[in-house]
Amino acid sequence: MLDSNAPRFERLPNAPGVGYKPQHFSDILENPGPVAWLEIHAENYMGDGGRPLAQLRILAERFAISVHGVGLSIGGEGPLDPDHLARLKHLLGWLQPASFSEHLAWSTHDSHFLNDLLPLPYNAATLARVCDHIDRVQEVVGRRMLLENPSNYLAFAESDMAEVDFLAEIARRTGCGLLFDVNNVFVSATNQQTDPLGYIDAFPLDRVGEIHLGGHDEDMDETGAPLLIDSHGKPVVDPVWALYRHTIETGGAKPTLIEWDNDVPDWPVLMAEAQRAAPILQAALA
Amino acid sequence: MGGQTAFTRALLDPALAAPEGLVNPDGAPATKRFDVYRNNVAVSLIEALETGFPVICKLVGEAFFKAMAGIYLRRFPPTSQLMMFYGQDMPAFLTGFEPVQHLQYLPDVARLELALRACYHAADATPIAPETLQDMPADRLMAARFEFAPAMALIRSRWPVHGIWRMNMEDGAPQPGNAGENVLLTRPEYDPQLTTLAPGGGTFVAALMNGKAFGESLDAATAQVPDFDLTATLGVLFAGAAITRLNED
Repeated sequence: MLDSNAPRFERLPNAPGVGYKPQHFSDILENPGPVAWLEIHAENYMGDGGRPLAQLRILAERFAISVHGVGLSIGGEGPLDPDHLARLKHLLGWLQPASFSEHLAWSTHDSHFLNDLLPLPYNAATLARVCDHIDRVQEVVGRRMLLENPSNYLAFAESDMAEVDFLAEIARRTGCGLLFDVNNVFVSATNQQTDPLGYIDAFPLDRVGEIHLGGHDEDMDETGAPLLIDSHGKPVVDPVWALYRHTIETGGAKPTLIEWDNDVPDWPVLMAEAQRAAPILQAALA
Repeated sequence: MGGQTAFTRALLDPALAAPEGLVNPDGAPATKRFDVYRNNVAVSLIEALETGFPVICKLVGEAFFKAMAGIYLRRFPPTSQLMMFYGQDMPAFLTGFEPVQHLQYLPDVARLELALRACYHAADATPIAPETLQDMPADRLMAARFEFAPAMALIRSRWPVHGIWRMNMEDGAPQPGNAGENVLLTRPEYDPQLTTLAPGGGTFVAALMNGKAFGESLDAATAQVPDFDLTATLGVLFAGAAITRLNED
């Protein structure tokens, strides 16, 4: 059941948004530029009070908010953490954000939280488990969620499904939407030596409610093969912008987020990065 | 052993080989690729500890702190998704960590830094006005018990923890003294405030926090410090928006 108070913003606009950083609070209110919506990490707003929640209440009056969880461990072998699920339900309940999303990953095992998005094999058993977890999340929070495609650094020998098929089947079975991270597509395709365009063209873009764009680091594995690392600490690279353009031209305009979580730049730099998405979205909306 | 059990053990123990069944594009074992996850976990947790304990980090030096944090995170991996509270076991860890035994004040500085984070994220509360207390007849006031804002905390230390904290966090702060300090944390609006209480103030506030009546708390403070400055201590509490209710039985 949703709160009886109607949310101020029913959905994310098909426009640029940015990951909110507290150091940008005043800048965003004074000069948002093309930024029409903001994304927060759910876990950073699960304290009881103080400045984080006060700032969020002010921002939510002006901007559509996307709540992006990083700690639910939907891909975990164990059950979902009921305490964390309750915290999430509380946050989504009072905030009534325009969107809620989480990751195809795990981060908790045996009550240890590892603070990273860890990979899982793709097969019938993991598919059933992830679907059960998403059913449970959507039931508890009373809304549809979006699930994000991961950055992959390696593969599991025991996988027997393609990631695209795995995600599409999750969406079909649970009714959840998808969050399409174009940088993750590029990182994974480079690391696994596959074709990112093929991934995009096979992806159920009609299920996508939000797009992520971010920066990555470049490294090499012990064989000399390229190894890209999803670091969110740099501008979006041109090949990712090209894949993004292809995604929008194929699937239509989608709410598009610039993720910049490390070495966060001053507001004008972040705003300029968001501005780069605007004409691509406008062309698709025209 | 399940897949994620082996994965987790290998993540936290660099001496272990990468779990079996993880492959690179050629189908060969993905050793360095697994190290990306290992590195992400360690780096992110070390960063969380550096952010949470800036004064401990300055006191021991950044390189030492990072190495120590690497030991801490393997002994005490997070048990909650809320990274803003990670490090609750740091005072106990520092007490037993042999290389810092000569810095005996470190555990109390860590307690202060944990209390600051708790203060920052504590629930908002509405304080009472000083008049509420001033207008109360003396006999009723003596029997009254105080309720405090969730953001308020008291750190009682035999070390000058506030002085040490200031010297590392404030430009031009004086050298810390030698005496122990009772440090009150309050949050008048959104920024935590640290105040060293006058002699007897720690005993007074601790008694009130333990649910003792005003009169009984005052007696405890005066027994310890005959010229206990009640007005100054109440001034700190009101300036910190710390008193939320006076309860009369």
